[in-house]
Amino acid sequence: MRYLPKSPAERQQMLAAIGANSIDELFSEIPERFRLREALSLPGPLSEPEIIAYFKDRAAENSVGYTSFVGAGVYNHVRSVVTDAILQRGEFLTSYTPYQAEIAQGTLQAIFEFQTLMCQLTGQEIANASMYDGSTATTEAVLMAERLTGRRHVLVARSVHPEYRLVLRTYAKNSGLQVEEIPYVAAVGTVDTAALKAAIKADVAAVVVQSPNYFGAIEPVAALAGEVQASGALLVVAVAEAVSLGLIRPPAEADIVAMEAQSLGLPPSYGGPFAGVIASREKFVRQMPGRLAGQTTDGNGRRGFVLTLATREQHIRREKATSNICTNQALCALAATVHMCLLGKEGLREIAHQNFSKAQFALAELEKIPGVKRAFSAPFFNEFTIELPRSVRIVNAHLVREKIIGPLAIGSDFPELSKRGLVCVTETAPRTEIERFVAALRRALEQPI
Amino acid sequence: MTERIKKASRHTNQSEGLIFEKSSPGKRAFELPPLDVPLADPAKALGALHRSAGVEGFPEVSEIEVIRHFTRLSTWNYAIDLGMYPLGSCTMKYNPRVNEFVARLDGIATEHPCQPQELSQGCLKILRQLEKCLLEITGMDAITLQPAAGAQGELTGLLLIRAYLEKKGNPRKKVLIPDSAHGTNPATAVIAGYEVENIKSESHGQIDVEKLREIVTEDVAALMITNPSTLGIFEERIAEIAGILHAKGALLYMDGANMNALAGVARPGDLGVDVMHLNLHKTFSTPHGGGGPGAGPVATKRSLEPFLPVPVLVERPDGKLALESQRKDSIGKVRAFAGNFGVLVRALAYILAYGPGIRQATEDAVLNANYIRKHLEGVYDLPYSLPSMHEVVFSDSIQKKNGVNTMDIAKRLIDYGFHPYTTAFPLIVPGALMIEPTESESKEECDLFIDAMRAIAEEAATNPQIVKTAPHTTRVGRLDEVTAARKPILRWKSASRTEAAD
Repeated sequence: MRYLPKSPAERQQMLAAIGANSIDELFSEIPERFRLREALSLPGPLSEPEIIAYFKDRAAENSVGYTSFVGAGVYNHVRSVVTDAILQRGEFLTSYTPYQAEIAQGTLQAIFEFQTLMCQLTGQEIANASMYDGSTATTEAVLMAERLTGRRHVLVARSVHPEYRLVLRTYAKNSGLQVEEIPYVAAVGTVDTAALKAAIKADVAAVVVQSPNYFGAIEPVAALAGEVQASGALLVVAVAEAVSLGLIRPPAEADIVAMEAQSLGLPPSYGGPFAGVIASREKFVRQMPGRLAGQTTDGNGRRGFVLTLATREQHIRREKATSNICTNQALCALAATVHMCLLGKEGLREIAHQNFSKAQFALAELEKIPGVKRAFSAPFFNEFTIELPRSVRIVNAHLVREKIIGPLAIGSDFPELSKRGLVCVTETAPRTEIERFVAALRRALEQPI
Repeated sequence: MTERIKKASRHTNQSEGLIFEKSSPGKRAFELPPLDVPLADPAKALGALHRSAGVEGFPEVSEIEVIRHFTRLSTWNYAIDLGMYPLGSCTMKYNPRVNEFVARLDGIATEHPCQPQELSQGCLKILRQLEKCLLEITGMDAITLQPAAGAQGELTGLLLIRAYLEKKGNPRKKVLIPDSAHGTNPATAVIAGYEVENIKSESHGQIDVEKLREIVTEDVAALMITNPSTLGIFEERIAEIAGILHAKGALLYMDGANMNALAGVARPGDLGVDVMHLNLHKTFSTPHGGGGPGAGPVATKRSLEPFLPVPVLVERPDGKLALESQRKDSIGKVRAFAGNFGVLVRALAYILAYGPGIRQATEDAVLNANYIRKHLEGVYDLPYSLPSMHEVVFSDSIQKKNGVNTMDIAKRLIDYGFHPYTTAFPLIVPGALMIEPTESESKEECDLFIDAMRAIAEEAATNPQIVKTAPHTTRVGRLDEVTAARKPILRWKSASRTEAAD
C-alpha cells in the first residue's frame, strides 16, 4: 500500500526485534471475542486515478455550469491561485499546532499577522487565531460575555442568520443562558431598537446583532452600542460577509466581534471548512477563547512568536477553561491571511466597491420587472431581499431550468416573509449573467401559475 | 557528540519580517478584472456607514513579496512532509496529496450549502458514503458528520447523552472522567452542563473498575473513556465497564482520538460503547495545517439516533438523498451547515485508498510503536508495563537524576532533526514522554528516532548541560513565554499608532 513505507521483509525484521512471532500477538490485550476475524466491508482499495474518477463523478452530480446568486452567510469571491500555492506547501499543510515554537515560527508569525489583520479589519484591539466558523464564534462570543458580566440573559436580533441563532440556542440550553429574540422593523429590515431598548434589563449579558444581517441590511451598530453598554451588557456584532468591511465602517463600538472569514480566500466548499474569529478589547483578553499568538524574544534578543495566555485553554485549565476548543481552523486562517495580503488596502477597497456596484445594478434591473419589489429600505452591501408576486420556489424551478440558482427563499425561516428571497451579487457575477438572471426572472413571472 | 546527529544538519535559511514591515503605499499584489457595471456611489447610499479610506494598516505589497514572505515563513516550520512527529495521541500520519486534489475540484470546492439539494446530489453521496464507512469501522448505528473538531464532537456526544436521559425523565448531574484524560474532556463536560468527577487510574494505568462500581450512581450520566487509554494501553475490562454503567442507566462515551490502534482490528460498538467521536485529522489523515481544520464526527447506537443534530441525511423513496432539518427530538445544531465538508472529502478519499486493507495501517502503527518501545525500554523509565498499542509512554525519572526533564529532552530532540514527542501528558505520568510514530514511518525513520533518543539519554548522563540548554540549531532559541503572557503583544502596530496610544 503506497502510504505504508515498509516492505514485508522489514516487518519481519521488526517483529523479530520485538520478539513477537506475528503481528496478532501485539493485539493480544484485546479480548479474543472482540478481535475482528474478517476484513471490514469497505469500498476500495482504489488507486489514485480511481479516487480522482470517483470524486469527478460526484462533482458532475452537483451544480457545475450553473450561475448562483445565493449568499446567506457563504460568499463566492475571486481567489488568487497564489493562495493555494502557499497553502499547499508541505511545511504549512502538514505541520502541527505550534506548541514547540522553535520549529513552528512560520505558523506562529502567520497567526500573528492574521490576528493583526483581523484587528485592522474590525476596528478591535485584539483577535484570536480562529474559531470553527461564524456561527460558533458568535456563540463563543456570547459565552464570553456571560463570563465577563456574570449575567445569564441574551438578546439576539431575529435578523441574525437563522443557523447562527440555532447554534447559539443549542449551546445556551446547557449553560443556563436565556436567549430572547428581538424583532426587526418590518419595512426597514434592521433590528427594532425600540423593542431592544425595552428588553434590555439588568440581567442582560449580551446583545447580538449581525451586520450586514441575514437580509443583507446594515445594522446601526454605532447607534446601538451606547444603549447596550449603558446597561452593562456587551454588544456582540456578528459579521458573515467580511468583504463588506472594505466599504462599510467596522463595528469598532462593539465589545466583541464574531466574524466569519470565509469571504477572504476560502471557497464555499459546501459549508466548510471556514474560519471564525473573535475580536475584542484588550481588557477582555483573559476571557477570550481560542489560541493566541504573542510576540516575544529568545535568549539572544531575537524576535519570535509563541502561543500565549494558555492558562485560558483546555490543556491547562481543563474544566475551568474558557472554551473546550483545541483544534481550530489554522490553515483556513492562513488562507485568509494570504488573501488579505494579496488584496492589500487598495484591493480590498476595490473588490468591495465592485460588489456594491454590481448589487446596486442588479437591484435596479430587478425593480424594473413588474411586481418585483425591494423588501427592505435599509442600506445594503452585496446582498438584499426582494419580494416577488408569487412563490419564490416556483420561480426558482424555472430559473434552474436556465441554469440559474436564483433568490434564496426565506419564508420557511421567516413565515411572515413568504414570497421573499435573498439575492447576493459579488464581483464574480459578470454583467451578462446578471442581465440573464433578470431576464429569466421576468420570464418566470410571466408564466401562468 | 554531533556525529550522532544523523537526520539533520544546519542550513542557511532566509530571515523575514512581518508583512506590514514591507508595506509601502501603491504596491499591489492582485488585480481584478475591470468593473462592467456603472460604479455606484457608496457615499450616497451609505452615508455615515461608508468606510471611505482603505483599512488602515492593511499591507500594500507586490505578488512576489507575498510569495517570498510566506515561502520563507514556511521554511521555518517542521512538517510531516519532512519527517516523523512522534506526538502521542496526535496521530501525525501522512496527508495524502490526492486528498488535496479532489477537495479542490470544480463541483466539489465550489458548491454552496444553500443551493438546491437536487443540484447537490454529488455532495450528499459523498456524505452518505463517508457515513457508511465510518459506521462500518466503528460498529455503531447512527452518525453525524457535523462537528468541526474532536472537542466539538465530544460536546455533541454529551449533548446527545443529555437529551437521551432527559427524555427518560432525568438528565442527571455528573460525568466521570479518568485522570489520564485529554483536557478537552472535562472542559467539554462543563459546557454540556455537567459536573466533572475525576476517577483515578489504578496501578497499571487502567480504569479502576472496582472504584467505578462504587461511584456509578443514578446521578452519573456517563463515563468518558479513551480506548486505548492515553497511555496507549487497551482497556481490557471495557465490556465490564460498559456493563456497570448500563446497569445504572448511564452511558459509555468513547473519545476516539486513539482509533489508530483499532481501525480494522476491533470495533468500539462491539465493546459496549454507546457514543463516540472520531478525529478525522488524526486517524483519517486530514492535514493538521498548523492547528486545523479538523472534523469530529459522532457515531452512536440506535437509541441516540433521534437526537442527532440537524440536518440529518436521509434517503428519499425516489432514491435521491436529502438533508432533513425537521427532527423534533434533535439537540439542534453545533455549527452552521452540514460540517467541515472539505475535511470530510479528504477523509473519504483516504478510506477509499485503503478499502478493507485499512487494518494494515493499524497493524503497522502498532508495530512501529512496539519496535520503538523495545529499543528504548531500559534507556527511559517505563512507568506502566502493560503492552502498548499504537503509542508508548515513558517518563523522565532516570534523566531527572541529572536535572534533565522531559521538556529538555524534547528540545534536544529538535537538534536531532525531529519534532518533540508529547511532553507532560498524560497527567498521571509525571515527566511523561508520550510517543506515537504512526504507520507512516519507515523502519529507517524509526531507527533514526531510536538512535536520537538513545544519544540524548547518554548526553543526559554525561553532558546534561547540552540537553538543558537545547535547542542549539534552530533560528530562535527557547522563547520567553513568561513575558509573552505577562505583557501580551498580540498584534503588530505601526509606529505612529503606538505613539498615539501613549
